[in-house]
Amino acid sequence: MNDWVMTIGIECHVQLATKSKLFSPADNDARDKEPNSVVHPIDYGLPGMLPLLNREAVNLAVKAAKALQAEVAKVSRFDRKHYFYPDLPMGYQITQMYHPTIGAGLVDAPMPDGSSVKVRIHHAHIESDAGKQTHYADHTLVDLNRAGTPLIEIVSEPDMHSPVEARAYCTELYRLMTYAGVTHGDLYHGNMRFDVNISVAKAGNDTLGKRAEVKNLNSFRSVEKAAEYEFRRQVELLERGEAVVQETRGWDDAKQKTTSQRSKEDAQDYRYMPDADIPPVILSDEEIESIQADVGMLPGDFRAAFSGLSLDSSVITTLLADKHHAELVYGVLQKAPEHAERVAHWFASVFKVADSDEGMVDLEANDGPTVDDLLTLARMTADAKLSSTSAKEVFLALVAGETDPETIAAERNLLQESDEGAIAAVVEEILADDASKKSIADIKAGNEKAIGYLVGQVMKRSSGKANPSLAQKLIREKLKTL
Amino acid sequence: MKTIATYLGRTARKNVEQAIEAARANESYHALLHLTAERAYERAELVDNGKVTGRLAGVPFIVKDNYLAFDGPTTAASHILENFVAPLQATVVERLEAEGAICIGKANLDSFAHGSSTENSAFGPTKNAVDPTKVAGGSSGGSAVAVALDIVPFALGSDTGGSIRQPASFNGVYGVKPTYGMTSRYGVVAMASSTDVMGCFANTAEDAALVTEIMAGQDTKDPTTLPDFFEPVTSLSSLKIGVITDFMTEDTDAGVRSRVNEYIERLKANGHTVENVELPLAKYTLAMYYIIVPAEVASNLARYDGVRYGSRSKDAASIEELYGLSRDKGFVAETKRRIMIGNYVLSSGYFDAYYLKAQQARQKLIEQFDDLFSRFDVLISPVTPTTAFGFGENTDDPMKMYLSDAMTVGVSLAGIPALSVPAGMSDGLPVGVQLIGQRRSDATLLALARSMEAVS
Repeated sequence: MNDWVMTIGIECHVQLATKSKLFSPADNDARDKEPNSVVHPIDYGLPGMLPLLNREAVNLAVKAAKALQAEVAKVSRFDRKHYFYPDLPMGYQITQMYHPTIGAGLVDAPMPDGSSVKVRIHHAHIESDAGKQTHYADHTLVDLNRAGTPLIEIVSEPDMHSPVEARAYCTELYRLMTYAGVTHGDLYHGNMRFDVNISVAKAGNDTLGKRAEVKNLNSFRSVEKAAEYEFRRQVELLERGEAVVQETRGWDDAKQKTTSQRSKEDAQDYRYMPDADIPPVILSDEEIESIQADVGMLPGDFRAAFSGLSLDSSVITTLLADKHHAELVYGVLQKAPEHAERVAHWFASVFKVADSDEGMVDLEANDGPTVDDLLTLARMTADAKLSSTSAKEVFLALVAGETDPETIAAERNLLQESDEGAIAAVVEEILADDASKKSIADIKAGNEKAIGYLVGQVMKRSSGKANPSLAQKLIREKLKTL
Repeated sequence: MKTIATYLGRTARKNVEQAIEAARANESYHALLHLTAERAYERAELVDNGKVTGRLAGVPFIVKDNYLAFDGPTTAASHILENFVAPLQATVVERLEAEGAICIGKANLDSFAHGSSTENSAFGPTKNAVDPTKVAGGSSGGSAVAVALDIVPFALGSDTGGSIRQPASFNGVYGVKPTYGMTSRYGVVAMASSTDVMGCFANTAEDAALVTEIMAGQDTKDPTTLPDFFEPVTSLSSLKIGVITDFMTEDTDAGVRSRVNEYIERLKANGHTVENVELPLAKYTLAMYYIIVPAEVASNLARYDGVRYGSRSKDAASIEELYGLSRDKGFVAETKRRIMIGNYVLSSGYFDAYYLKAQQARQKLIEQFDDLFSRFDVLISPVTPTTAFGFGENTDDPMKMYLSDAMTVGVSLAGIPALSVPAGMSDGLPVGVQLIGQRRSDATLLALARSMEAVS
């Protein structure tokens, strides 16, 4: 296997977060709607209907271009891609074959090991989605709710060479598109779908092998797993002296394998042609600039901002899994940089799920903490009013929607005792206790670790409210006098 | 001859009754596919009660059956849409109704507007209004004949390559092919998206101008419509007119040429200057047209698959058969021919050689017209090389049939306006002259036609 190199290129369909469809005023949110209940005559392909381009979709594409570090075409056009399918009402999909809105770009995707993979973007085009078919034993039902939903298809260059790189790219693409507000990013409802093209060739060989395309993957894990599987499958074929067939394959998540769907010989001739019903999209530099000015900080901006902090790359990855988390930590960083690392670690410890797709959580669903809440909590901790354990408890309460860290800490009796006199009294009691004798002897014999037991006893006696470092300091001072 | 003025100031009900009576009396011409009497009487009541007023209050009209309109099916003269009932109306129909006009029926056409004789209607041809042994022309044959027979004072057609101008010429009425984008295509069964325009037939230039003015204007439902520009022209100065000599050769019937030349003499007598001009690409326009338009036809007809509406084959055992059988039964031979040509020129490996090349040639053609219009206000030519031909004369040879469009398709490809103006008879059949203008000069063309009407 080591003699073989894999090459991966990915096409990603991103559902745009518009209110209405790409060419009609119908509601773009088809989730949990009655079949065929959000279908306008335009989406239905009624005779005499003409597509009305939704400029909001164009604006989101222009924002996507910024996230992809890509040029926006001053003039872009729509084309028709023809094929017959019951869920394709007009007999053609409206797409951008010849003059896409988004040109070449670049995605610099961080890898788990702290390095990054640079993936060039060939282009990205706007297109409309088809409907959905449900097959039964003797009939098929068509639901056109999703027909006409706006998508952008982001086409990468074949710049990835491992399943981990493929996954890293898809994950970064997800972050870019959600951060830029291009998509809601609901993976469960297929807001982002990946078609992964994979080929293998002997190491050192300049020519790429025949590729297979695994279509319609909707999680980062399945992208990685499908790439791993295809690599093994294709290498095994080639090592047996057989050929890889250029074909479309599907991913069976239950069996964790890909299966053949159709070969190139069955490939359709889509008979692309310019769509004369849709005037060209013309964008001036000023328009592009003003649309893109609304794009907030992107993952790379946060990474740059956090790079000065002493944070592990896994912590940053966890933070960036949710834009809102990154924004909160960034907010703390802006107001009081000395507290940023502490707050970052709270998020990283609580949302330690970055390695799974489910790590993509949406904190905006509830109110959560504000930057000021986090600052207050950080200061309380720095001032030793809270132990680090208690601080995390308050943080969790904030995340759960409770408000005001001071109230939370007080109500839960978490505030820490930092009055030297009061703690000193407890220390005296503990040291006087017979049970402490062995530890005292051990410490005097040079076993520093034994102090832990004494600190623990002080904490216990004070119901956990004593400041442990203060307790330790006082124990040491007291021991010197014994 | 009836004009809009004939109907104004009478009760709408009386107008509708008369029009329906006239339609029934002329059933043998097969100009109409069906009447919309029920709705017509409802609308008449609204007009007579003063609830709807306007410049066409109570005036009956007819629309080509590829316009979506209420009361009865919108068939496009095809079996696949035989029972298709439109849930909405075309923008231009709505605009005419808003001025009080009353649609009394749907006119016959070549199925999906594919043809030049109305012989391609799935429901039988329409007879010429002047000589019932001849074709009506097409594809808007029924609309032209309905006006020529005085069933209604005006009717709507669609013109993709000559489908208004040619039947207007064959039946001796006015036909208006507007600038592309002046009239909304919304709610009209699409033939070729880049050349389809909605226009009218009338017995006088004055009526044609009024109806055109009401139809014209930007429509938010049709993104290819242009900002409003149609302003009636009331006084006309001396114009520079060019005769397209490429269309005045021996290939054009002598009788047709004579009538056109007479019209030219009258133009001169009326103070206009006339010169011969050449349109070097004229001879290639049919080739361009019969590549570009079938490509758009194949695409626009892909939606008629029997899945969501329209007739569906009951014999299908699979989805592929459902498509194949529904479309085989639903489309006439000419429609299938155009779908096949269109898919051929769009197919991988042929697209560049045919479709792209034709589009490049079309661009050159537009440049040639622009050049001519930098020197001339109006161009003139016959509408067709011959007068109306007999039934079946051209049906065996599609190329011969297509030649009937040779003088009209170039105008369509260039998106410029043109009129078909009655210019007398040749061997007992009407001849039309084509007045062609630069984009947005529709009102000037209509004013010129009207000024000539006054002196004829």
